[in-house]
Amino acid sequence: MQILEGEQVTKHFGGLTAVHRVDLSVSQGQVVGLIGPNGAGKTTLFNLISGALVPESGEIRFKGEKITGAQPYQICRRGVARTFQSVQIFANLPAIDNVSLGALFGKSRRLSSAEATQEAMELLEFVGLSAMRATPAKDLTLPNQKRLEVARALATQPELLLLDELMAGLTPTEVTQAVEMVNRIRDRGITIFMIEHVMKAIMSACDRIIVLHHGEKIAEGTPQEIATSKTVVEVYLGESAHAAS
Amino acid sequence: MNRVRVSLKQLLWLGLLGVVLILFGLGPRYAPMYTIILLTAIFMYIILTLSWVIFSGPTGYVSLAPAAFFGVGIYTSAILGKALPLLIVVAVGGLASSCLALFAGGLTLRLKGIYFAIFTFGLVELIKNLLLWWEIHFTGTRGRFVIVVDYATVYYVMFAILVVLILTAYLIRRSKFGLALQSIGDNEQAAAHIGINVTALKVVTFAVSAFFTGAAGAIMATRWTYIDPYIAFNPLFSFMPVLMAIFGGLGQFYGPIIGATIFGYLEELLITRFPYYYMLLFGTIMVVAILYLPNGLVGLIQKVTARLRVLARSQPAPAATSEAK
Repeated sequence: MQILEGEQVTKHFGGLTAVHRVDLSVSQGQVVGLIGPNGAGKTTLFNLISGALVPESGEIRFKGEKITGAQPYQICRRGVARTFQSVQIFANLPAIDNVSLGALFGKSRRLSSAEATQEAMELLEFVGLSAMRATPAKDLTLPNQKRLEVARALATQPELLLLDELMAGLTPTEVTQAVEMVNRIRDRGITIFMIEHVMKAIMSACDRIIVLHHGEKIAEGTPQEIATSKTVVEVYLGESAHAAS
Repeated sequence: MNRVRVSLKQLLWLGLLGVVLILFGLGPRYAPMYTIILLTAIFMYIILTLSWVIFSGPTGYVSLAPAAFFGVGIYTSAILGKALPLLIVVAVGGLASSCLALFAGGLTLRLKGIYFAIFTFGLVELIKNLLLWWEIHFTGTRGRFVIVVDYATVYYVMFAILVVLILTAYLIRRSKFGLALQSIGDNEQAAAHIGINVTALKVVTFAVSAFFTGAAGAIMATRWTYIDPYIAFNPLFSFMPVLMAIFGGLGQFYGPIIGATIFGYLEELLITRFPYYYMLLFGTIMVVAILYLPNGLVGLIQKVTARLRVLARSQPAPAATSEAK
């Protein structure tokens, strides 16, 4: 079953085409990667899905229902959670409150604050932050802030999780840990759509990869197909480099 | 162990609160009239400050609209005072201010930072001038007389509004919505993406805060007997709450209350003792406070108690510290 579908999704910023007539589909239970050079429109596409931006034309459907035009909080409650390219945490709130807010507001079901705290504790444990539950989010290290953001997103009980460059700025060891975390999230039955630049990570974690370039989808397929695709190599290394090789 | 200590502390606070309530409740019977009038003014300042803090404290949206809400309350009292019972007038004054806040908030809460501050201040001027134009062109007057109510009644009503406000502010702060308001102040975009309906939450909280300001205006108007748009929409009532809140300190719940109390008392003291230098002295005190007390009086209190604790710990013999562990 297709959990997320996009049809001819288009967004311009003034004269700049950020996303142009993109069709996409993500099947339930998969980990799908979204790659492309800087400025390809990856984050814009995520913003269109999460409701931060509204597409000019085209339609996005979640579990078969149209979500274009809905507010971010509504899309979240329907079951789409996200993280951000540059971490967006509640800097002055303790880690546990960051996560319990997600549990309190992100679900369709209402929770008592005790239940929310309980769930938040479990999720902090899941991402390995339970020792820092009382630390204000701004005092956490970058990798820990990213983990906190993931825990907060998971607290809203999503069916689809959008991860925007989870691994950017992490050391190789931390990248390995992050890939392992992505796998554990998938094991919970959550579909993952992730933007990533770290190729090693994306090749090992994803079932399918979508490639964007200048706002258009130029390729789609398994990691092996993408790695060997002529167009993708051209986009990443430049045409002349490819010709010379 | 920890839980017992917390509940004991809570019990102490509750007891203290009860004593304060009874003391203030009996006030008009025993205290001189001057004290009652002074207390009424101080209550009004606390209401203005605390209702401002409900919204602007956690979200960081600096509203300069209190004078508009206060003025709407005052005019409600002037227009309906003769026709309706006092308590209903006060409630209508609050509701009218809430409606204004819903409307203005719905229009402008997408503005951020300085833009929101400027717009809300513009709202005060806009209503003032609109009212002035209306009064001169249609009713043929400039000012209005307000019904006179005795001092004790004004005091009681003001006190009742204050008690309800403190309760409301406390409950909001403790609830999940208080946490959500803080998250909006920290990162509005992220708040929207974890399922918080940020627009609705902001607008409703803005309206709740306006209710108390408007109600305070409605009852205060009866003390003034004559009002016109310049008196009712005095921009000072927009700046005072901000100053009092910063003076008291926003970090703790009691900060704005202490700030407004001392502020109100100081104003009275300076006006009566130094009528000619009042503003000069007042201004100097404010500048010194903001320069040297970045976290307000609360910051000062916390610093002093922390130092006292250190002193208390260091004085007894080492045996005492090991026992504490």
